[in-house]
This record gives sequence, structure tokens and C-alpha cells, in this order.
Amino acid sequence: MMKIVVCIKQVPDTTEVKLDPKTNTLIREGVPSIINPDDKAGLEAALRLKAQVGGTVTVVSMGPPQADVALREALAMGCDEAVLLSDRAFGGSDTYATATIIAAALKKIGFDLIITGRQAIDGDTAQVGPQIAEKLKIPQISYAEEIRNEGEYMIVKRQYEDRYHTLKVKLPCLITALAELAKPRYMTVRGIVGAYEADIKALNFEDLKDGFNPDYIGLKGSPTNVWRSFTKEAKGNGIKLTNLSADEAVAAIVAKLTEINLI
Amino acid sequence: MSKDIYIVIEQRDGNVQKVGLELIGEATRLAKELNQKVVAIIVGNKVASKSDLLFHYGADKVIIVEDPILKEYVTEPYTKALTKIILEFEPEIVLFGASSIGRDLAPRVASAIHTGLTADCTGLAIDPETKLLMMTRPAFGGNIMATIVCRDYRPQMATVRPGVMKMLPKDDTLSGEVVQYKVDFVPEDMNVEILEVAKEDKKRVDITEAKILVSGGRAMGGPAGYESLRAVADVLGGEISSSRVGVDSGWIEKHRQVGQTGKTVRPALYIACGISGAIQHLAGMENSDFILAINKDESAPIMDVADLAIVGDLKVIVPKLTEAIKKAKAAKVVD
Repeated sequence: MMKIVVCIKQVPDTTEVKLDPKTNTLIREGVPSIINPDDKAGLEAALRLKAQVGGTVTVVSMGPPQADVALREALAMGCDEAVLLSDRAFGGSDTYATATIIAAALKKIGFDLIITGRQAIDGDTAQVGPQIAEKLKIPQISYAEEIRNEGEYMIVKRQYEDRYHTLKVKLPCLITALAELAKPRYMTVRGIVGAYEADIKALNFEDLKDGFNPDYIGLKGSPTNVWRSFTKEAKGNGIKLTNLSADEAVAAIVAKLTEINLI
Repeated sequence: MSKDIYIVIEQRDGNVQKVGLELIGEATRLAKELNQKVVAIIVGNKVASKSDLLFHYGADKVIIVEDPILKEYVTEPYTKALTKIILEFEPEIVLFGASSIGRDLAPRVASAIHTGLTADCTGLAIDPETKLLMMTRPAFGGNIMATIVCRDYRPQMATVRPGVMKMLPKDDTLSGEVVQYKVDFVPEDMNVEILEVAKEDKKRVDITEAKILVSGGRAMGGPAGYESLRAVADVLGGEISSSRVGVDSGWIEKHRQVGQTGKTVRPALYIACGISGAIQHLAGMENSDFILAINKDESAPIMDVADLAIVGDLKVIVPKLTEAIKKAKAAKVVD
């Protein structure tokens, strides 16, 4: 019986984020919250593995109480159990502190295989998966494009920019999923009904404090801090030509490219 | 006491990857402000001969770790080698390329030595007062930038996006100190087994190397649209690239994608054809030397970052442009 644990993050759909052209600040209102796409691919891969070799799929998320929406969606997809890691003390954690908390929770929950998404679309760090693996002292394989189980081993196709590695790794291990790993299924109606009645297990600071050093979590325990954040300034100062005929436009382009020595 | 800036040089099949040289260039600039040195670490099998190259691009010192176990990249042995070096030499700053190797390795190392790590940086600077490394990176899908610091732990670590930092001109007269560093590996360090290494059969074009890029977006409408761009690119001696929509629609290969989820490019000339200029795309090309945008929509964001913005129908303009450039080039030859 393989115990698969999938770590997911609820994220704002950053493709829906717009900048206010007047203030040049993010418009956060009305931006939908979704399960991070790489994580959702990991969920799907876990559910397929379970269908092939048996076992259970537990889904874990750290976040505010509202993150239970993401967990219920995972239950509606077919996960067996959902755990929410939530506490004010966890707030402001950077990737190191986040991995410290999640690793402590995973130790408590137990696992054979951990799947995380490669990276979240709001932070784009890709760091939490490997940092969890290091905290748990288990092997990690990131950028997974295909996975399958062979007894006590996982076989993983690992993507690089210029090649693939097919790797064999002994369980327990941690795999980070690319969005290409598996196309997520839709929730079923029965799944949705069940998911809204299901209990979500909650773990807070008190539940986990024996699993980490309290000085290493939250805003204060994070090695990195945001110094400032800002929106990029528009570059400007270019030339814009309108109402030209195609021939005039071409002439203008050729003249410019000649001027800057590219023709 | 922590000192010096260490660059983890990425090699594949013994070939030094460009991002490592870019980081040496950037580190040289930062090191001046700290009055410290730039140290390159190269880990692999039979890579000692690469040390000269690293000196020529600005490294003051090279640390080499060689072992057959390091032939192909595997997380655990590479982590062991780097963790050992960092704990022994105590660098002030350690930089990695933000590639699929660096972004696997750096978090594991940072977690093992308990320090901060900032991902995928596009800007680095030293704060004049605190001497802290200011690590700037896009977040929220490129919608905002955040500057991150690591105050209390050393080294300050970051992965840096390939193609953003500038390498120094090569200087063959430069040399420096070479340290052969011994790491004792045991069979258990190889905690995954490589069953197969499959390199891409088709030689992938590296758009980050191209001096001229002709890039298409939604208005291409299909693979045929990119063929017309190919014609302009060919007469200019450039390559074609794409915004995300062309890749997601299957019109063009993924490795030609420019932007937040693709590659960062800074060619001498970037021609954006029918690309609206979503912030995620701009993040990947706004540092190009010269940007030419051709778009029907005058108010598209790309038109504001372009050095020359042409409002018009690219389906008419592009073929005419190809012919005009051909003519202009031919005229030059006669001269």
C-alpha cells in the first residue's frame, strides 16, 4: 500500500492579474484563486498511480483557512484525505521556513512518495520541493515529465533544457511535477458533494511544534525578507508611426535598420 | 568571516554553460564594491581544463571538483560537493544559474546549510550602506518586481536567470589560482540510478544566442504565419521566436518561447510581430538593444516599449520588408 502525499498551494490566477494603468499597482480584486497548475498535475499523477498500484492519496496545503477550498477541490478529484497546515505563526514564511513547516507535517502524516508541483505561479521559486526533500533527507527528482512505479522504486523521466534523464529512485522520495506530467481530470458531481461534506484535518503550530525549531518558521524565522516590491516602469521614448502605407512603413523600417547598422 | 563571491559554474558534457560566464561578469562588478574576489566552482568529471576559460572571463580563483560520479548531473553528489565547499570556504555570496540544474541544486544546498536563497533573479546590487546583496526578481507572473535580502545568514545565495547578466569580454592574458578540491564520494551518494540519458535528437536552436530575433504572436494564426517571419529572419541572419500563445497553440517549438515562462533574450534587434506585449512576454525581451514592433493595435503594450513601433498589417508589411531588406543588402554589396 503506497501512501502518496501531494503538496498543493492555492494561488491567485496570475494570468488574470492586471495592472492599474493609473497607479501602476496590482489589481488583486476579482482575481480567482486556483490550485497551482503544476501541483494539480501532481495531484492527477498521484491519482493515476493509486489507480494502478493501489494505496492512498493525501493532499496537504499550507495557507490561510480559505485554502480549504483548494483542498476540497482535490478531494472532489478523488483524493482520500486532506490536511490544512494553518496558523498565524506560519505567516510570512519564505521558502526555507515553508519547507521546514511542511516537512514537519509530512513526518507526522507519514509518506512513501511525496509529489509537489515544480513551482507556483505566484512566487515562481521552485524551491520548496527540494527544500522539503533536504529537510526529510530523502532523494528528490524535480522537473518530472513521466512517472511510474516499480515495486519499491519510482521510474522518473526528468526534463532538462537539452536532454532527459530516466531515473530510478527508491521510495521514499520526493518528485516535483511539471504541468506536462498529467492533464488534470475534472471534479465529478459526486466528488464535489462528498468533498463539501468531508472533514479536512487541520494541523497548527501546537500540533507541529515538536517537528521543527520554532525559531526557524514564520516571518521571523525566514532567512530571506522582502526589502521592497515595485512595478516596472515603462520604457518609453520610442517612435510610433501610424497611418503609413505598407511601403512607407517598410521604408521607415529599412532606414532605421540601416542607421543602426543591422542591414 | 565570510568573504568572496562564489559562482557555481554549470557544465554539461564538460562544456561550460554561458550563464556561468555571465555570472562571473556580474560578480566581478559586485566584488569591486565589496573589495572581494570572484571564485568559480566547477564540479564534474574531467573538467580541470576549463579553468583557463573561467579566468579569461574574469574569475580570480577556480575550485575544481572532479569525480566519475559527477559525469551527469545528479542532485545528491553535487549537493554534497557544494555543501562541503561552502562550509569550508565560507563565501559571502554564492550564485547559481537559474537553469533546470541550478534550480534543483541551489535549494537543496541552501536547505542543507540553512541559509536564504532567492530564485531566478534578474537584478543584483550591493546596498552601499549595509553591504547586503540586493536580489531583485519578478514575482506574480512578472507583474511585480521584489527586492529580497538575506540579513542574518551566510552565504547570501541566489539563482540568476540566464541571459540577463553580461559576460565580460574575453581576456586570454588573465589567469589565477587553481584549487583541486577533493570530495570523497561513497556509493550511497548516488541515491538515484540513471537508466538512460536521452539528448534531444534535433539540434535545438538557442534563441538566447541569436543577434536578431523575429518573434511572432497571436496574429500569426498558425505555423504558416511563422514561415513568413522565417523569411525575414533569414535575410537578416537571425532566428525566429515566439510569444507564449504560439507555443501553447502548437504553432512553434517550446524552446523558441520568449518570456517569463520561456527564455530571456537580449538581441541587438528584436522584431515583435503581432505580439500584444503581455507583461510576461516583456519580461523576457525588454532588454533587447533595439525593439521593432509591428502591430495593428496602436494601444498594444508592446508599442510602448518599442524603439520603433509601426501600426499596420504585418501580413502585408512583412513580405514587403523581406524584399526591401534583400534589396538594401544587395545594394550594399555593389557599393
